[in-house]
Amino acid sequence: MDFGKDLVAASATPLVLAILAEGDSYGYALIKRVTELSGGHLQWTDGMLYPVLHRLERHGLVAAKWGASESGRRRKYYRITKEGRAQLALQRQQWQVVNSTLRGIWMKACTA
Amino acid sequence: MTTSADRAPLDEQIAQWRLYLRRRRAIHGPDVEELEGHLRDQMAVLTEAGLAGDEAFLIAVKRMGSLDALSREFAREYSERLWKQLVIAPEAGGELGKSTRTETLVVLSLAVAAAVAIKAPALFGLQLGGGDEPFYARNASLFVLPPLAAYFAWKRGVAVVTCAWLVLPFAAAAVVANIFPFGTGSDTEALTALHLPIALWLVVGVAYVGGGWFASGGRMDFVRFSGELFIYYVLIALGGGVLTAFTMMMFNAIDINAAWLAEGWLIPCGAMGAVIVGSWLVEAKQSVVENMAPVLTRLFTPLFTVVLLAFLGTMAWTGSPINLKREVLIAFDLLLVLVVGLVLYAASARDPQAPPDFFDRLQLLLVVSALVVDALALAAIVARISEFGFTPNRVAALGENLILLVNLTWSAWLYARFLRGRGSFAVLEQWQIAYLPVYSVWAAFVVVFFPLVFDYR
Repeated sequence: MDFGKDLVAASATPLVLAILAEGDSYGYALIKRVTELSGGHLQWTDGMLYPVLHRLERHGLVAAKWGASESGRRRKYYRITKEGRAQLALQRQQWQVVNSTLRGIWMKACTA
Repeated sequence: MTTSADRAPLDEQIAQWRLYLRRRRAIHGPDVEELEGHLRDQMAVLTEAGLAGDEAFLIAVKRMGSLDALSREFAREYSERLWKQLVIAPEAGGELGKSTRTETLVVLSLAVAAAVAIKAPALFGLQLGGGDEPFYARNASLFVLPPLAAYFAWKRGVAVVTCAWLVLPFAAAAVVANIFPFGTGSDTEALTALHLPIALWLVVGVAYVGGGWFASGGRMDFVRFSGELFIYYVLIALGGGVLTAFTMMMFNAIDINAAWLAEGWLIPCGAMGAVIVGSWLVEAKQSVVENMAPVLTRLFTPLFTVVLLAFLGTMAWTGSPINLKREVLIAFDLLLVLVVGLVLYAASARDPQAPPDFFDRLQLLLVVSALVVDALALAAIVARISEFGFTPNRVAALGENLILLVNLTWSAWLYARFLRGRGSFAVLEQWQIAYLPVYSVWAAFVVVFFPLVFDYR
């Protein structure tokens, strides 16, 4: 499925925050998790994740730390912060409103 | 899956990719490392799934997305980096930091060299502002263009043999500009001062494209560079003007006249150094920020078209002929150069594949009205020559007008063909590019032969 650029951009923040709420992670694993959770429907251009992560870091929603990967190379790990969790809760409410609104319209369309 | 034998070229490919990434000014060292880690993770998974190393590399790179789009995203996120990058070496060291620092040093030394070059003749008794202005006017381009060419030769890693070939025209120009016994206040001397920079700009161009003048693409880059440099130079000059004004004002406040400082040092040294520093700024930011020259082109094409049409209309209405003083001739030539420049920059910014639009029609109108103006100026010059004979100024103006006339005529023809869907825009672009050396060759001709032919008048 081809998602519009705006929709991908808008959903990136809650997705990244939600996955990080499950536990600390790094770029590649995040992308894999998104593909997995969406059943392969959401395919991000890999590189685009990083500007998003860096923006979240700048806003203090996630914290980053350099660690080591299994192969011994340096790898940057991301952790959700308290502000990040608060932001996630807020975004969750907002997306639920959007979701239930759309659902309401589409249910009516089905029964009509 | 991967044996160590085919990992070596793969590492090389990754190194190359990393290098491409590093050239993007908005992406810093640690970011590159993070992205490379991602690339390697992706490749590890793909090779695990049975792909060969280079296949995995291709797919991983593709999934990473286009580097242009990526660096744009990074630029948006880190807009402050773009400007900081220009003046301060990035805090995160590594190769990149070192090369940026080296470049800063090279640029500053070359700028100082240009400033020293313009002050050096004073040691031999040639004073700026002491009656030796003609010497400085003839040699102005020789103070600054060799350092500029040296900067590009260094930056592009030009071979030593090519460097030797680059030195030759500068040396020849220095000889020609200084051994001719020009008469005091002679026209040929003024023509030399005006034409030498144009002739030598071609040499800078050769250095700019790293010696490969005939390789495709390079020349258009040089055209873009020239336009951007002009804009930067004007900006730096404005800043320099403010600096000079404040210097004068402050020293005046304590009753010390700082005019000698401003006129003898600040302005000439600044004017020379600014060319080098401006070039460096253009080089440094070219990959990130949208270029300015095409924007100005869009802005001024309609305005110049209106002015040219108004001029032609007024001339037809009043019937006044063109007055042929030297300043007027120069002004007309500059006007035509400007029109050619507008066409050139519009071409440089345009997608050659796009279909003709309103702006292209406007361009054609501009070119045609410039053609008419050019023909009128040409007629005036020819009439003047047949009545009063040849002078260096008239012949120089005649030559320049003819050169521009040929360019504009053929451009108009190609534009018309393009608008009627009979030709592609790329042809027009190629024509403009191919024509570039003609200007410099003519300028060199004026510099070398006019003084001899016209007996240094």
